[in-house]
Amino acid sequence: MSGKEYRTITDVKGPLVFLEKTEPVSYGEIVQLRLSDGTMKNGQVLDTSDDQVIVQVFEGTASVDRQTGVKFLGDVFRLPVSKGLIGRILDGAGKPRDGGPEIVAEEMADIIGAAINPYSRESPEQFIQTGISAIDACTSLVRGQKLPIFSASGLPHNDIALQIARQAKLVGSDDDFVVVFCAMGITAEEYNFFVHDLERTGALENAALFVNLADDPAVERLITPRLALTAAEYLAFEHDYHVLVIYTDMTNYCESLRQIGAAREEVPGRRGYPGYMYTDLAMLYERAGMVKGKKGSITQFPILTMPGDDITHPIPDLSGYITEGQIVISRELHQKGIYPPINVLPSLSRLMNAGIGEGKTREDHKSVSDQLYAAYAGGRELRGLVAIVGEDALNERDLQLLKFADIFEDQFLRQSRDEDRSISEGTLDLAWDLLTNIDTKYLVRLDQKWIDKYHPTESKS
Amino acid sequence: MSEENGLIYRISGPVVTAVGISPRMYEVVRVGDEGLMGEVIELHGDQSVIQVYEETSGIRPGEPVIRTGQTLSVKLGPGLLTQIYDGIQRPLEDLEETMGVFITRGVDADGLDLTKKWEFNATASVGDEVSGGSIIGFVQETETVEHRIMVPPGPGGKIASIESGEFDITTTVCTLEDGTEVAMMQEWPVRTPRPFIQKNAPDVPLVTGQRILDFLFPLAKGGTAGIPGPFGAGKTVTQQQLARWSDAQIVVYIGCGERGNEMTEVLTEFPHLMDPNTGKPLMNRTTMIANTSNMPVAAREASVYTGITIAEYFRDMGYDVALMADSTSRWAEAMREISSRLEEMPGEEGYPAYLSSRLAEFYERAGRVQTLGGDDGSVSVIGAVSPPGGDISEPVSQGTLRIVKVFWGLDAGLARQRHFPAINWLSSYSLYPQALDQWYRDNIASDFPEVRTKISSLLQVEAELQEIVQLVGSDALPMDQQLTLEVARMIREFFLQQNAFHDVDTFSQLGLQYEMAKAILTFQEESEKAMAGGAGLEEVVNVPARTDLMRGRFEEGYAERIGKLLGEMSKQIAGTMEDN
Ligand SMILES: Nc1ncnc2c1ncn2[C@@H]1O[C@H](COP(=O)(O)OP(=O)(O)OP(=O)(O)O)[C@@H](O)[C@H]1O
Ligand SMILES: [Mg+2]
Repeated sequence: MSGKEYRTITDVKGPLVFLEKTEPVSYGEIVQLRLSDGTMKNGQVLDTSDDQVIVQVFEGTASVDRQTGVKFLGDVFRLPVSKGLIGRILDGAGKPRDGGPEIVAEEMADIIGAAINPYSRESPEQFIQTGISAIDACTSLVRGQKLPIFSASGLPHNDIALQIARQAKLVGSDDDFVVVFCAMGITAEEYNFFVHDLERTGALENAALFVNLADDPAVERLITPRLALTAAEYLAFEHDYHVLVIYTDMTNYCESLRQIGAAREEVPGRRGYPGYMYTDLAMLYERAGMVKGKKGSITQFPILTMPGDDITHPIPDLSGYITEGQIVISRELHQKGIYPPINVLPSLSRLMNAGIGEGKTREDHKSVSDQLYAAYAGGRELRGLVAIVGEDALNERDLQLLKFADIFEDQFLRQSRDEDRSISEGTLDLAWDLLTNIDTKYLVRLDQKWIDKYHPTESKS
Repeated sequence: MSEENGLIYRISGPVVTAVGISPRMYEVVRVGDEGLMGEVIELHGDQSVIQVYEETSGIRPGEPVIRTGQTLSVKLGPGLLTQIYDGIQRPLEDLEETMGVFITRGVDADGLDLTKKWEFNATASVGDEVSGGSIIGFVQETETVEHRIMVPPGPGGKIASIESGEFDITTTVCTLEDGTEVAMMQEWPVRTPRPFIQKNAPDVPLVTGQRILDFLFPLAKGGTAGIPGPFGAGKTVTQQQLARWSDAQIVVYIGCGERGNEMTEVLTEFPHLMDPNTGKPLMNRTTMIANTSNMPVAAREASVYTGITIAEYFRDMGYDVALMADSTSRWAEAMREISSRLEEMPGEEGYPAYLSSRLAEFYERAGRVQTLGGDDGSVSVIGAVSPPGGDISEPVSQGTLRIVKVFWGLDAGLARQRHFPAINWLSSYSLYPQALDQWYRDNIASDFPEVRTKISSLLQVEAELQEIVQLVGSDALPMDQQLTLEVARMIREFFLQQNAFHDVDTFSQLGLQYEMAKAILTFQEESEKAMAGGAGLEEVVNVPARTDLMRGRFEEGYAERIGKLLGEMSKQIAGTMEDN
């Protein structure tokens, strides 16, 4: 059936093209459009019946007319995958962008990807040290986790993502990560920032990049992360790599999804985003993990910018419902000049409990982390109160907590962009040092046995 | 074209339209060259609309659609326990065997192993009069669960023959005089509730070992509860805690449109976790349904029905079954997605107009019943709800709250402070205490309800005082009110907070919960006395024995020691008076 070219377009609406009188076309099939000037465009079947076929065109429908030739290629979208992807830069549709040759396929992989059988998964529980105290102590990351960065425009999420990519390692192992980087609608400037940094640190040779920039076709963004994840799966599960997938910006991806929904005149869900956005995002995020019998793993760091800094906006909201926690970047901390401005209070790592403790990080980790939270949360809350009633109304405990919140931000959160703190000496010991600013009788989240062992001034050792 | 075979006319995501057949509503059909499983969900002129339980890409119009004559059903019999299924009862282990680690499509798998032999022990005899639901024998399915074999619902008669021994589940083990043959397996259509004689009022609590739930907002066996909450607030942890520790005999856990890793966690952990009631691995009493967020949405829609039908089946044996559905919002979204593909007139927020009736029908399948066999059985249903933005004014939350009798409201603010379980004690409620109070008086302590009332009113008072504190600071309050704040803090930090990941704290016996609550009230009384006698607030609050009493809950054997720790605390508090 490939080969036959139809000129039966009836309607064009937004990124969609409607045709009739085709032979049976399969759902999800890849489509090639040839414009009268010879330009080629690509698309995919979204709806198919005896009477009508709806095609979404990745490059947008500009210049498409009724004379445009439409060819159905008889297959779903596939990416040529091979180890040769490492070190390459591809565009948002999977074509070389670095001037290099086409990828020689070891396999043509369906980019939609099949769901991992929950029975075949392995629980992620290997701690990844990022060298960033806020993350390592309070929202510990494990191999195979999907942990997005919830940020907003103008905040240094890219620096943080890059710092993680540079520093991430398993303690006591020298398996390296391969980075799969996926850009969706980011500016050329942001993209250059990433590439330069990866180049500077030599990481580029160990990375595969899929790039759709702000001026590239918006609909193509729906494909780009699927290409990146298909590459990641191949590298992880066929070649045993530990893959770190960074994709940015999920917000642009969701905008494209909304655009398709609107063009199809679907009943919109919240704020105009399609009702199936949860499922659609899950089809990306759930492609993280570890599976039985395979050595490799996929760890995901999606970055999204919260429109209006609003965490209840559908994009962060639906993401948070799927991912295994989130790292929340705070404008307030950024404005105070603190890097990395991670607000640990709304941040969370759901897989933390499995990845920390004796034999993994350190026996006192959980206890210390709980105590840091409690003290910092208490201190921050008191800031509000002090603004109204003044410090005089505070008792001893409250005064200590109030002071601790400042110290925590200034010394624990704050670190430089190339400071790589080890979990034990760098992060947990620092936490104990700072906790000496609070009387032990107020440190109710700490087990006595850890106080006895680790407290700088009260320990019995 | 025959009645049995038709052709695909249209494909739009999981929804396929066929022409040339006239199936019944909810009939299972085979779609396309690969024979994908689907279910008829709408008849429209000569078109039959089908939701397909597998990925539909690559399928094209003109491929065949074949009727099966069956409605979507589950296989019920020995072999259900310890299993993990997808939304349409395909064992995930079998799928792994045939497909590898990724779920592809076009593979059938029986819900139960039809060849495995089980030891059937007949308990009925030739000549006994039986009817639908009568128990005629049992199989020791797992170490702890006796799987009772029942005559399927429907007419009965006199037993003509019955035989103990090793059989597979499709072999006839019992014949009635009218020729009816009974095997160990039966099938039941998932969308039809299984019959019972009558519903009885729930008056026994489902004890969960979670202090805030058992003590303040209890669920009855056969009752319904909803847990709405924003992401990361603790719905899944709470559901898993119930699956671990509640005193049900059977647990059905449905992971409906949620994370793969969460199911893996249950799978890896439950075989090693011991049921406090039997001392045997929790997996022995558990059946899991996992249709994760990235698995086909139509199968997600079906998963809750598959789960509740299995739950009802065990109920019919006279068991107390607890079913958790995490998350019912994902189920509702699956309905919404299918509905929008059908181009149905949308109701609120795009959900189909029948959303609330579907929710109601589902929760109605909970209940404590007199079974057809004359036993007492129950299904308790606990549904997680994931409201967008955490705002429960949305249709799924509202539809749920109209039906369920217990509301465990999770609170983002509490979760952010790491106050877990992050259940808001002011907005949550349970409508069961009245019905359960007699049970508590008889089984735990005669003043149990009064102690509960005192604890909850202290929390209410605290909330009012906090408003004042926000304006003037706590030092400005009179001493007795400052003490009330300390007592309430103790309720929150010592009693309501409970760490699910702590080996000891994760589970509290109901009796111990009562002792802990009493200890708080004792602290209050003794402190009032001491302060009346001149002791200062800081002094009574800081007696070392109180810290010991509170920290003690993290150690093994607390139930035995709490009395002594409490005595010590009282002594020290009384001592503060003498110092003055
Ligand atoms: N009782 C508890 N004890 C200790 N930690 C808890 C408890 N409940 C929740 N948590 C913490 O909160 C995190 C999030 O909980 P959970 O995964 O249950 O959220 P959720 O409401 O199911 O979120 P989602 O809607 O995204 O699935 C857990 O990973 C854990 O760290
Ligand atoms: Mg959850």
